[in-house]
Amino acid sequence: MNWKIWALKKSPWVFHVNTGACNNCDIEIVNCLTPKFDVERLGIKLVGSPRHADALLVTGVVTRQALPRLREVYLQTPKPCVVFVIGACACGTGIFRNGYHVEGPVDKVIKEVDPQAIIAYVPGCPPKPEAIISGVVQALSIL
Amino acid sequence: MTEVLQYLLWIFIFPGFLFTVCIGLLGYWVVRKVSALVQYRVGPPWYQPFADVVKLVGKEIVIPQEAQKTVFMAAPMVALTGVLLLSTMLWQITIRPELPFVGDIIVAIYLMILPSLALILGSSASGSPHAAVGTGREMKLVMAYELPLVLAFIVIVIKTGGQLNLAAIANQPAVYSISGMLAFLVALLAVHAKLGFTPFDIAEAETEIGGGVLMEYSGALLGLWKIVQAMLLVALPLFLIMVFLGGFGTAGASLLAGIGKYVLILVILILIKNTNPRVRIDQAMKFFWVYCGLALAIAITLATIGNNLGIKWL
Repeated sequence: MNWKIWALKKSPWVFHVNTGACNNCDIEIVNCLTPKFDVERLGIKLVGSPRHADALLVTGVVTRQALPRLREVYLQTPKPCVVFVIGACACGTGIFRNGYHVEGPVDKVIKEVDPQAIIAYVPGCPPKPEAIISGVVQALSIL
Repeated sequence: MTEVLQYLLWIFIFPGFLFTVCIGLLGYWVVRKVSALVQYRVGPPWYQPFADVVKLVGKEIVIPQEAQKTVFMAAPMVALTGVLLLSTMLWQITIRPELPFVGDIIVAIYLMILPSLALILGSSASGSPHAAVGTGREMKLVMAYELPLVLAFIVIVIKTGGQLNLAAIANQPAVYSISGMLAFLVALLAVHAKLGFTPFDIAEAETEIGGGVLMEYSGALLGLWKIVQAMLLVALPLFLIMVFLGGFGTAGASLLAGIGKYVLILVILILIKNTNPRVRIDQAMKFFWVYCGLALAIAITLATIGNNLGIKWL
């Protein structure tokens, strides 16, 4: 196996981007860091700057206000990076479909910026911490 | 020629770069694992810091548009040079104390400031407002802890009768006296701040200024900073051991005692880290200047009296 891929799998640092979520998905993400689930045993660490990140955890439907910010954050993240789309709204706009403030699901926005982006989906409203961890593990094992 | 090769070996492989980095990264694993155990978590596997550094080296380096590129990229190398010289010097004195002059306590104090100065330089060259906040805090923090740290070493210099040679200082452990104990405790706290551990991680503060001084660094440059921090985690406790705790032995029981001293210092640092919330910068300055300064004034007085009257335990 390539050493870069091995190291990336063993220490994915994540940056949390909220593009207009109702906070349920954010709470479930923070849950993953608690002693019960403890994602640090898998090397996952929450970092404060997109420049340190290997994965973006994007929650919420992309609103008009959040659109330029999401684009900017994706461009600022050093490649290779994985985008995790967490929750029903982020995956396919959910109950906000056709809302006046909605710019579209996260994957559409990211693909406009970079067609080769690696995107993984974790649906649910909100997804359980187990589901988030399982999604991250599955996405990393495909890499 | 063989001599040159030997010196290169000293600097890059055995007690210098590679050895110190490996010990330091293992030390960082101990920090993270013990922190996890304190919080009833499982914690990362032993190779976690190695995987982090390897991953960072393999990633893209993003340089901000507004950054002063030369300084931004040179800063981690300057820090690495400083800490590499410091650790090589300390190991050299430990392993071969008979060598004529490798460096004394003053050289060590100068080299210890170099990584902090490089951090200030690099983060202020990045042109990011968050990093600017971090830079200001780091500058104030350096001013805060540097004074008690130097005063603590002065206590030892007074106690040993003006001795500056590290090998000679390491022969007489200073903690078995009141002034030496006070100086050791204050120097331990100053080293804690120098390592950027939690009550004094004001300059990095991931949760409020998103990484602060390191915010704009990415990829291999961030990896270099992680390596510098790992080497500091070896060099600074080693320096404390040499100045206060009677040195790091090289054979048999004294080697085991040396490892024991290192682990003791590491455990004290980890427990302080895990039981204290982050302080504000003004609280940190007040703590170091007022309380630590007062403790050291007492220590210096006691050491002077003890030295003049020949009382060892003062």
